[in-house]
Amino acid sequence: MHHPNLTSDVIFGLGFLYLVQLVMNFFWTIRSLKNDGHCRLPSLLGGAEVPVAMWWGLYTAILTMLTAAHFTGYSSPDSFLILLPDWFKSAVDVSVSDPKYFFAQTIAVFAAIILFRRQLATDTAGWILLNASTMFLSLSLTDWDFRQIVGKPDNVPIVGMLFIVGFFTWLSFKKANENDARLAQGLGPLEGENNEKVLVWPDLVYTELIVMIGLTAFLFFWGVCLEAPLEEPASSVKTPNPSKAPWYFLGLQEMLVYYDPWLAGVVFPSTILGGMMALPYIDFNKKGNGYYTFNERKFAISVFLFGFLPLWVGMIVLGTFLRGPNWNMFGIYEYWDVHKLEALNNVNLSEYFWLYGLGMSMPVPDASDSFFGQLCTIIYRESPGILLTLGYLLLLPSLMAMTVFRNFAFRMGFFRFMVFANLVLLMAALPAKMVLRWAFNLKYLVAIPEYFINI
Amino acid sequence: MSVGDYIRESQIWKSVFRHPAPYDRRNRVVVMLTNFFLHLHPVSIKQNGIALSYTWCMGGITFFLFLAEAITGVLLMFYYRPTLEWAFNDILALRDVSTLGIMREIHRWGAHAMVITVWLHMYRVFLTGSYKPPREFNWVIGVILLKFTLLLSFTGYLLPWDQLAIWAITVGSNMARATPVLGHEGPGFQLLNIGGYDLITNASDARFLLLGSKFVGEETLNRFYILHCVAIPLAVAGLIAIHFWRVRKDGGISQPL
Repeated sequence: MHHPNLTSDVIFGLGFLYLVQLVMNFFWTIRSLKNDGHCRLPSLLGGAEVPVAMWWGLYTAILTMLTAAHFTGYSSPDSFLILLPDWFKSAVDVSVSDPKYFFAQTIAVFAAIILFRRQLATDTAGWILLNASTMFLSLSLTDWDFRQIVGKPDNVPIVGMLFIVGFFTWLSFKKANENDARLAQGLGPLEGENNEKVLVWPDLVYTELIVMIGLTAFLFFWGVCLEAPLEEPASSVKTPNPSKAPWYFLGLQEMLVYYDPWLAGVVFPSTILGGMMALPYIDFNKKGNGYYTFNERKFAISVFLFGFLPLWVGMIVLGTFLRGPNWNMFGIYEYWDVHKLEALNNVNLSEYFWLYGLGMSMPVPDASDSFFGQLCTIIYRESPGILLTLGYLLLLPSLMAMTVFRNFAFRMGFFRFMVFANLVLLMAALPAKMVLRWAFNLKYLVAIPEYFINI
Repeated sequence: MSVGDYIRESQIWKSVFRHPAPYDRRNRVVVMLTNFFLHLHPVSIKQNGIALSYTWCMGGITFFLFLAEAITGVLLMFYYRPTLEWAFNDILALRDVSTLGIMREIHRWGAHAMVITVWLHMYRVFLTGSYKPPREFNWVIGVILLKFTLLLSFTGYLLPWDQLAIWAITVGSNMARATPVLGHEGPGFQLLNIGGYDLITNASDARFLLLGSKFVGEETLNRFYILHCVAIPLAVAGLIAIHFWRVRKDGGISQPL
């Protein structure tokens, strides 16, 4: 099926997106002229001293040309040249349409945020990242398939959420860096400086009023611009393909690929909620209360960010934008082909153990045996996985307490530490199973379909 | 005497606002103490605690969105009947005919926004370490409110009764089948049986409790409607009150000690 990547409407609409970027960068150039000072050109270009703002001026000029091109050239979409090259699209599609690569990239982003926090959480780096992502979005919108999935009304807020989460992550690290530098010099956090009391009227109530008016206007604007979706009337016989849960549960739905519903749909969500409630009682670190810091709470913030960014937000992105018909993975520029085939041939640990490891046949429970006899055979059959799982949840916490988390175990006490260790292990259970699946096509560690206990 | 002064001196005005306009320091204190809607706030507050770059305003925005959802929701209830015969058609009418049809858009986008802002509020509270003593329990209430926000959105998802609605709820609620012991496809459901007769079947398990039926049908629509419009909002309103009250009692917006 052929769909045009560009139409007149799309080109004209993109003109506004470039216009916004143009205006943003125009003001940034002025700001840069005041604040950023000078830099030296490479000797190839003469080696002269030029204001840093020159680069931003150059980028603004490019955006001006792009805007002009879109507002004037929309009448002939077939000969319009500003669109993503095919080699770029296929490269991006390959890099996101496999869960291995996708998770490797989200974890790389997470690691980069932590490791390069000093370089990334500066004004200039933040602005470059914002420009890079808006430019990526603008160019991607020239692709028909990308527009289908990103332009779905319910998906628009998710795109917005990515920008907002990115912004606030950047902001929090910027403030944490400032405080960490001060704390290293023995000063208190910035939040404690010049912290006089002010009257709530007018200093707080006016802010609240302005925010309320702004939000009301924003909601009306959003409601006028984007119609709420309404599909065909409900039919219990026409199953859509793919069938997706509401977008904020797509991270949980993604877990279903790796774990059975009793874990992915019941035990893990309950553990997430329970674990979050337990968090203030587990975190014994008294520092970092009431101000942004990273250095004083490295472990807590890293674990939380790992849960929130790659595992929660990342999996929502994957579930929303990359999971298509038959729950296959698709690239962001790829057509959602219902007939795309992905060979899935997953093997249970018990099969690995008995069939491939020992070269024996699987122990089969005898139907004429008593209930207890059958149960014993099943447990015997699944013993490798059962031992592994028990070891993971019971033995590993003690090992952790004696090695990497010695200090934690000492300060937390037995009960608190066991809760903490099991929460960390359950959180790690998802990436662990993913790796096992990708590396060994492992289906279940423990496979007891007789009693619906598959792990 | 100007018209404004005449109004402010009248008995009616004075009976409503029990203090002069908050132009001077004294009356700015008095207004916070005597106005019902403002008495939730303290009279004075640390200035860095209310800096937008510190709080991100996300808790306040979430509360505002809750109010916006309540108001648009009540307006939508005038137009909507939760029955198989009418649900979809009423939404269709809201889209195509009703003057207040834009309430549907605001309600839906506000709901998406509320899910996002409640996450961001939690994100900020975590990053500033504001869950640490003495605010541990308010964090717990916050987590419960987060869960209720998701449940509010989830129950509302079904009401338009279109394909998107019933299949999203079908996918979501199918999980309940696998509840350990209490779901009819969950591990250990065979434990609950009397004389070989299973107590947990597809007509008595956790999913049936959620849906009121063996599949997403009219009973589910009714159940979700009541949860969405009455039960959960009431619970949330109560918890919000406690959440706000505890912010004050636990020492106000968190700041360096």
